[in-house]
Amino acid sequence: MPKIIPVPDELSQPFWDAVNERRLIVQNCIGCDRLQYPPGVDCRVCESATGVEWKEVEGKGHIAAYIVIEDGRLNRRMPDQPYNLALVTLDEDPTVNFYSNLPGTPPYEVPVGAAVEVTFEEVAPGQLIHEWKVVE
Amino acid sequence: MTSSNDFQWRRDRDGLGVWEHRGNVAVVGYGHSPVDRRWDGVDLDSSLGAYTIMACEKAMEQAGVTIDQVDGIVCCDSHIAGGSGGTASQWAPRPYFDPPYDSEYGLTLINAQWLINTMGFKNVKFAPTGVPTIGEMVGMASQAVGDGVCSTCLVIYPTGNMEGRYRRGGENADDYARGARQWTVPWGNHGGNDFINIFPHRQYLMKYGGEHEDLVHFVRNQHKNGMLTPWGYNATHNIQPISVEDYIGSRPILNPLRIWDCDRPVNASAAYVFTTAERAQDMKSQPVYVLNHSQHNFAFRTTQPDLDEVEMWTDRQAARMYEGAGLGPADVDIFNPYDGYSIMTQFFLEGFQWHGVKRGEALSFYAGDITVKGPHPFSSSGGNLGNGRTRTAMYTDSIEQLRGTAGDRQVTVRAETALCAFSTPSSGGWLMLGKYPS
Ligand SMILES: [Zn+2]
Repeated sequence: MPKIIPVPDELSQPFWDAVNERRLIVQNCIGCDRLQYPPGVDCRVCESATGVEWKEVEGKGHIAAYIVIEDGRLNRRMPDQPYNLALVTLDEDPTVNFYSNLPGTPPYEVPVGAAVEVTFEEVAPGQLIHEWKVVE
Repeated sequence: MTSSNDFQWRRDRDGLGVWEHRGNVAVVGYGHSPVDRRWDGVDLDSSLGAYTIMACEKAMEQAGVTIDQVDGIVCCDSHIAGGSGGTASQWAPRPYFDPPYDSEYGLTLINAQWLINTMGFKNVKFAPTGVPTIGEMVGMASQAVGDGVCSTCLVIYPTGNMEGRYRRGGENADDYARGARQWTVPWGNHGGNDFINIFPHRQYLMKYGGEHEDLVHFVRNQHKNGMLTPWGYNATHNIQPISVEDYIGSRPILNPLRIWDCDRPVNASAAYVFTTAERAQDMKSQPVYVLNHSQHNFAFRTTQPDLDEVEMWTDRQAARMYEGAGLGPADVDIFNPYDGYSIMTQFFLEGFQWHGVKRGEALSFYAGDITVKGPHPFSSSGGNLGNGRTRTAMYTDSIEQLRGTAGDRQVTVRAETALCAFSTPSSGGWLMLGKYPS
């Protein structure tokens, strides 16, 4: 089954536009120079008035931890069960993390600590989402 | 009437010092309805409304407070479990009943106005709307009584449950992810404290050692304490404590989270009477005193809180509570943290350093003697795992332990102070109670 489809809003439109071009961008705080994802109106750390700007990142990360969803509540994902849900930290700033189903990695066989790189997956015509694959 | 928006009651910052009303506010009564698994949609004597009225009457009866003396009602609309969950869980489009059950109120929602109309309160001057959960409501009521906004305040927490699996349907049946859900749902996180805490829990096991299954000692002890709680779901339905084998063989939900790590949604209501310490002297029940309250709502730094973040949040909760009460970890006799998912309770135990438990030591603490008759009667209430998802056992047990009326659950160690909460690492609130006002 395809994954659930994100609906861009005013704040997230640039992000999803970039994902649809197979690029990963996150916010960078002009005040404290930290990366931020998911995007916010302001920096969640320093709440600086100078604002945030979009910045493309390399798309390299590591697996910090994972679980296996066996009995989740999302209708559209039920046929996928059991499936991995991993927590991926971004190498450029490990306090920034992402979720991933780790396409290509069988459930329960997740190499915690392994390097991953961003990949993109179509969830609806013209709509990609960012995913992460273990680097062989 | 006062709304919650124009009354500054929260103690939700670090470094606020000793609470200005410490010991001047008391809890003088509590009442519980029966705890059913679900409302059947037919019997109006066991509806959420009927059960809430029953809980209020019991609480007032215990305190010796009449309807005319009540001048404050703090009631949240409901935290219904239901098939769809959240705001989508409602009785409509099914036809309503005769008054007072001619709308959602009394069936899936309860608020102060419905109770005023239905029970005939005449002198209520404080009945805020938009009231948060029980974890924060007890603080709101404590501050209102301390500030003199009202003097005799009912705190009411209904938890409804109708047919259907927990939080299936509604936005969880949607093919699209909107708002904050666009960052979680596409990958399978439906949102909730199961997901918030399971990753930090996994990191906890990796950092400090131990297996997920080590939680069985805690879960079993909650079940045992639940069987000693006469009003709770487990005791009234003879739900015997699970065995280690039952636990290990039970259905995974978010593996390693199992079904027995999750509390059981119920249809029930509870009420408490808060008043001034001065008025409490003339009431018929033994008062327990509020020594501090605090709230927290920490913003996530990124997609998913990690262990560092959860430990920092729980450290800050503990610091706020100890500072406001003028007490330290060694002063706390009764400790009733939230356990709606078993995987988060260790963060509170270690953050508050109850009985000297430090970071990484909870699982070995659980494996020791944590029974109510032993030296470390941890979570003597049985919490939500032992009583059903009422989110109130932690408060009622704390009151009973300090009064010395906990029956078979009465601890054998000193019981003069109690910390209790409906709080997750990221949001909620804590309450410190004392047998004495200072
Ligand atoms: Zn910043």
